[in-house]
Amino acid sequence: MASEHNGANGVQAVNGADVSAQSRAANDAQVGRPRSRVGPVEHGQQRTPSIAYAPAPETVKVDIAERYGHFIGGEFVMPGSKAASFPTLNPATEAVLSHIAQGSEKDVDAAVASARKALPKWQALPATERAKYLFRIARRIQERARELAVLETMDSGKPIKESRDVDVPLVAAHFFYHAGWADKLEHVKSNAKPVGVCGQIIPWNFPLLMCAWKLAPALACGNTVVLKPAETTSLTALRLAEIFQEVGLPEGVVNIVTGDGRTGGAIVNHPGIDKIAFTGSTDVGKKIAKALASTSKKLTLELGGKSPHIIFDDASIDQAIEGIIQGIYFNQGEVCCAGSRLLVQESILDEVKRKLELRMASLRMGDPLDKNTDVGAINSKAQLERINYYLAEGQKEGAKLCVPGSSPVPGKGFWCPPCFFHDVQPSHIVAREEIFGPVLALMSFRTIDEAVAKANNTPYGLAAGVWTSKGSKMFEVAGKLKAGVVWCNTYNRFDPTSPFGGYKESGFGREGGMQGLGAYLK
Amino acid sequence: MTMTRIEVSKTYKLFINGAFPRTESGRSWPITGKAGDTFAHLCLASRKDLRDAIEAARAAQPKWQAATAYNRGQILYRMAEMMEGKRDELAQAISAVPNGPLAPARTKSAKRPASRTSSLRLSVSPSLSPAAEVSAAIDRLVYYAGWCDKYAQVLGCHNPVAGPYYNFTVPEATGVVAAVAPDQLPLLGLISLLAPALVPGNSTVVIASNTNPVPAAVLGEVFATSDLPAGVVNILTGKRDELLPHLAPHRDIDAIFAAGLSASEAQMLREGVAENLKRVQIHDVAAIAAGEQGQSLEHIRGGVEFKTIWHPALA
Repeated sequence: MASEHNGANGVQAVNGADVSAQSRAANDAQVGRPRSRVGPVEHGQQRTPSIAYAPAPETVKVDIAERYGHFIGGEFVMPGSKAASFPTLNPATEAVLSHIAQGSEKDVDAAVASARKALPKWQALPATERAKYLFRIARRIQERARELAVLETMDSGKPIKESRDVDVPLVAAHFFYHAGWADKLEHVKSNAKPVGVCGQIIPWNFPLLMCAWKLAPALACGNTVVLKPAETTSLTALRLAEIFQEVGLPEGVVNIVTGDGRTGGAIVNHPGIDKIAFTGSTDVGKKIAKALASTSKKLTLELGGKSPHIIFDDASIDQAIEGIIQGIYFNQGEVCCAGSRLLVQESILDEVKRKLELRMASLRMGDPLDKNTDVGAINSKAQLERINYYLAEGQKEGAKLCVPGSSPVPGKGFWCPPCFFHDVQPSHIVAREEIFGPVLALMSFRTIDEAVAKANNTPYGLAAGVWTSKGSKMFEVAGKLKAGVVWCNTYNRFDPTSPFGGYKESGFGREGGMQGLGAYLK
Repeated sequence: MTMTRIEVSKTYKLFINGAFPRTESGRSWPITGKAGDTFAHLCLASRKDLRDAIEAARAAQPKWQAATAYNRGQILYRMAEMMEGKRDELAQAISAVPNGPLAPARTKSAKRPASRTSSLRLSVSPSLSPAAEVSAAIDRLVYYAGWCDKYAQVLGCHNPVAGPYYNFTVPEATGVVAAVAPDQLPLLGLISLLAPALVPGNSTVVIASNTNPVPAAVLGEVFATSDLPAGVVNILTGKRDELLPHLAPHRDIDAIFAAGLSASEAQMLREGVAENLKRVQIHDVAAIAAGEQGQSLEHIRGGVEFKTIWHPALA
């Protein structure tokens, strides 16, 4: 059935100025329910009472210290005053997990000095020996995988099945792959030399995986690093620092300074840094580009996206539905390459919509530590407010919202049930701007050319998806899409051997594969 | 009164299909140690053992090739980890038995520039101690472990054909590789031939050094505990002059990697494979020993075939 909304929960605008105060309630209220559900349901109440769900929480306990300092020169350094720290929350419960140091310019100075000091020895180390450190790191990550996964889920809100089966295995794989490059760099670039001290600033959506994406190639190429994790998700980066200690990585090769955007600014503007690598929003990326414009620092940016997901009428619809789900609801849609614009060939629009709704109804949202959870918590209150803003704006502009799921919204934490907009016009805000949440915009097309034109009609160009059973069509469309990654009959696949990065305002430079190494060599 | 404890000495066996059988021929091979005593008795592998090993290698190959490159890389790395744990036994195996003749008798005059044929059996750097040889062999495995998920990126390519086609070339394993280890550097020589063959997913049959096959026999015990699927590496301790003539004609061997062969052995192999065009790489030992040339992508290239795939790219 084409999704409709019952009158009570139809189009509801959230007062943009006031979303923070009532984000949870608003979130629950503004979403439309398909008519097939038994009436409007109260907040926090089980909506499908047929079979009681027995939770299957991950039971591994992880030690978390009350406070964490920076990791500089191979040691954990506590900030001078307690005031210079901020709490980090479990977004699923709003419980304070620990306190993180707010890095000052002085801290960044110390970290850069430490990286600079470590550089000559690290560069001079025979490449095979450098490789062995990275192999050791990969092996130790594999050994501590479950602990890292649990901590990642607690700190970020992502489902344990994703942190356990996707994030952490990829982290180990990333170090393993790049370890092998350390003594083979002549195949990437002749007379390859490391760039020097790298400043790396990473986002909160894949906290540990982004550490690996940044650190592994930098270290393999003989650089030293000052890395700043996102302020809401510093814990696994600091746990990784423990692993660096365990494997005897020479001190100063990796330095981690925690803090918010101010700390990031201090890294970007530090004269002792030779290269900046940033993953995050396009807005911040542009600011960094501007700040570096008058310097000789190298820069790579991995920014936002509004990636199109094109379904042709000859595609295997059921497989495509799984791909769409994987594309937009993986990690609550907090993925820069999320397939957030669904372009469906007109003749199959109703079928896709109906099957999508049906499949979405079975997505389980809830405790991220529960092994059966499909959709976890939104990373922060600020992000939830941002998503809610788009949900409200989208409806104001006339797009129709459908929320097929039935999982109860937990009483605490930051939650947004997976949903999609239909009757979306390309001019609508939900079709143009990156929402970074579990929100899909459904549009249709008639011809290949129209699909390609609509897909490319965005300032972004990070990723795209193509679903068709005809190979020639697949390659033609893939060839015409202006996107750094094109997934054909699959979506959101990641591998350390496969370069990732965007066209246009999705940034420049690639991470992973041979192309990714280039950014860390001169 | 003190009793002298009698040492439990090890029985060395062949390594075929993940198991340690004795030779079907029932023959054993006394290996003379440095002191002139018998250091160990090894199995003297027969032609039938060779056939069994090739059969096991052929059966294991498709699955090994189908394993992800990441998985193969981790297993090669695991082999290095396990070798590190057995480094004392390996070093002892190397040092207990005198090295083979540094050069064939007929090229005794080392001062004369080596001719093309005699260079096949150059002496190796005497400075490589047994412990250093073990370290070099382990590091070489680590080096090749890193190639598993990279060699295709370097050797393969996308081809810009003049037409609406998506055209790309991928390297893939050639199949079963026979590795004939040199007499000198019984461990490093063996690993230098074996590891690049394993990288793309070849399975292997190894013929151990003839002057000191003991490290090869120990190596089987390392590989048996390295998550390596049974049959991917098979190790035979046997006389090269008995086994070598059967390699070239055998249709279930796709390539032969050898080092340190005499001119006549090399000629026999090359003439033999002219019949069936299997691939042959014959290295000299000095090159294998050297850090720079001893390991390279070129050694992997010898065990791959290139497959080019065309696909229309216009709907």
